[in-house]
Amino acid sequence: MGEEVERALSTAQGVHEPSLALHVEDLTASYASGAVLWDVDMNVPPGVLAAIVGPNGAGKSTLLKCVIGALRPAAGHVYVFGRPYRQQRHRVAYVPQRTSVDWDFPTTALDVVTMGLYGRLGWLRRPGKREDDEAHEALAMVGMDAFAERQISQLSGGQQQRVFLARALVQDADLYLMDEPFAGVDATTERAIVDLFKDLRRRGKTVVAVHHDLQTVATYFDWLALLNVRLIAQGPVREVYTAEHLRAAYGPRVVLLEQTAEA
Amino acid sequence: MSALQAWLDQPSVTIMLIGALVGIAASLLGAFLVLRRESMLSDAISHSVLLGIVVVYLLTGTVDTPLQVVGAALAGLVTVWATDLLVRSRRVKQDAAIGLVFPALFAVAVLLINLYARDVHLDTDAVLLGEIAFAWLDVVSLGQLEVARSLLTMLVITAVNLAFVVLLYKELKLATFDPGLATALGKRPTLVGYALLGLVSVTAVGAFDAVGAILFVAFVIVPPTTAYLLTDRLWRMLAYGCVVAVGSSLAGYALARAYDVSVGGSMASATGAFLLLALLFGRHGLIARALGRRAPRAPQAADGSVVAEVSLAGPAEHGRGS
Repeated sequence: MGEEVERALSTAQGVHEPSLALHVEDLTASYASGAVLWDVDMNVPPGVLAAIVGPNGAGKSTLLKCVIGALRPAAGHVYVFGRPYRQQRHRVAYVPQRTSVDWDFPTTALDVVTMGLYGRLGWLRRPGKREDDEAHEALAMVGMDAFAERQISQLSGGQQQRVFLARALVQDADLYLMDEPFAGVDATTERAIVDLFKDLRRRGKTVVAVHHDLQTVATYFDWLALLNVRLIAQGPVREVYTAEHLRAAYGPRVVLLEQTAEA
Repeated sequence: MSALQAWLDQPSVTIMLIGALVGIAASLLGAFLVLRRESMLSDAISHSVLLGIVVVYLLTGTVDTPLQVVGAALAGLVTVWATDLLVRSRRVKQDAAIGLVFPALFAVAVLLINLYARDVHLDTDAVLLGEIAFAWLDVVSLGQLEVARSLLTMLVITAVNLAFVVLLYKELKLATFDPGLATALGKRPTLVGYALLGLVSVTAVGAFDAVGAILFVAFVIVPPTTAYLLTDRLWRMLAYGCVVAVGSSLAGYALARAYDVSVGGSMASATGAFLLLALLFGRHGLIARALGRRAPRAPQAADGSVVAEVSLAGPAEHGRGS
C-alpha cells in the first residue's frame, strides 16, 4: 500500500500520534469526591521505562484506569500507538495493584498466569495445552515455575507480584501498564522486576508504571511523569527529576526525600 | 416410560428432586456470589422479585407466564443497580445499601398486592417459606409424562445456569478474581456480573413456589461456603457445592419425614450441618488450621518463603539495585 494512501486511511480511522506508545489528551476524571485528574496531557514514546510518580491521591492509578477503560473520564482522550485503547487491547498488558485482588481465591499460580491469555482466547473457548505451556514459560521467566501448582494464598507478597508480572509477560504485549509493581515486595523480587524491565526495554517494549519510591525512580526508570492531579512535568528522567519539579509535585516537604536520594 | 412416570408419581421423589435442582441451580451461582462477597444480594433479590411478579400481574393479569420470569429478573437487576448507585455515591456502605433497597421494593410489592390484587393467588407467607411438601400436587403434561410444574421449571433453570457457568467459566472467574484485568482484556466484568445476578433473580422466581426465599438463600450461600472450606480449586468448589446441595435435599427430606417437620426447614438445616462439618474437619477448617499452626508448611512460614526464593534466584542480593 502506498504511503499516502496509508496516511489518508489512518486519518480517516482517527489515528492520533502513532509514533507515541501512549498519548493522553486533556484528560479530566473525577470520582464523587471531586476531581482526581485535571486536564492532563501526557506522552510516552515507545521503548522507554516510564514512571508515573506523585503524592497519594495524585490520580496515578486513576490515570491507568482511564487508559484501560475501567473509568470513564469526564473529558479527554487516550491513544495507544495512535489508536483508541479498544482497538489496541491485544498490544497492552495491565497489571493492577497486587492488593486489589483477593489472594484467598481458590486457584493456582499457573491459572492466574493463564488469565492473561483470556483476551486472545475470546469468549467461550477454554485454555488448553498451548496456553498452559505459555503460562509455564512466563512463570519460569520470573523464577516462579516451581510454584505453578501452588494455591495463590500460599505465596509471599513478592511471589504474588511475580505471578502478576508473569501474567503480563504471557500476553506478549508492546505496552505494559503496571500499578505499583514494587509495592511491598522483597529485595529478590525487586531485583527480578528491574531485570525484567531491562529485558523488556531491550526488546523494544514500553513500560508505564505507577511508582511510589522517589529514591529508586532515577535508577529504575528512564522516563518520568510527575503528577499531582495536574501533570507537573514529563520527559527523560534526568531532565524531570529536579528539586524544582519535585517540590511542585510534593510541596516543600520533598527536600528531605531529595537529600536521601542524593545520599 | 411408565416406570419413569410411576417413579415421578411418588411425592417423595418429586420433593427431593425439586430440592436437589434448586440446590444445584442456586449453589452454582452462589459460588461466584460468595467469592465476590455479594452473597447477601441473593437475599435482597429473592425478596424484590416479588415486585416484578406483581407488576407483571397488574400489567397482563397473569401469574404463570414466562413474562413473570422477565419481570422478576428485571426487579432483581433494579435491586442490584439501585444498591450499586447508593454505594457509588459514597454516602452509604454496601451492606446498608442492600438493606435499604430490598425492603423498600418488597414493601411496595406487598402494598400493590393489598391495593390491586387481593383476589389473586399471591400469598406473602408463601413467598418467605414456600411449600415444597405440596409441590407435587401441581402437575403439567410433558408429552406423555405428567411432571410437577415446579420440577419442570427448576429443570429448565438448572440447565440454563449450568450452561451459563460452563460456557462462561473463565469469564466468570476473571470478573470475580480480577475485574481490573477483565476490563482491560475487554471481558466486560460489569455485564458478566449483571448476567450472573439476572440468573440469580430468575432462579429465585423458580425456587419461590417450591422452597421460598429463605431456603433459596440458604442454598445460594451455604453449599458454596462449605465447598470453599474443602478445596482450593474453583471448579471443585462448584462441584462440591452441588454435592452438598443435593446431599442436603436428600438428608433434609429424610429428617422431615422422620420428625414430621417442615421439609424446607430441614433442608436448610441440613446445609448448616454440612457447613459445620466442613468448618471443623475441612481442609481449611478450624482443626486443620490449629494443627497447621503447630507445624507450619514451608511457604507459609515467616521465613520459609525467603528460603525458597533464595534457592531459586541464587545468592541473595539484598539491598536495592543501584
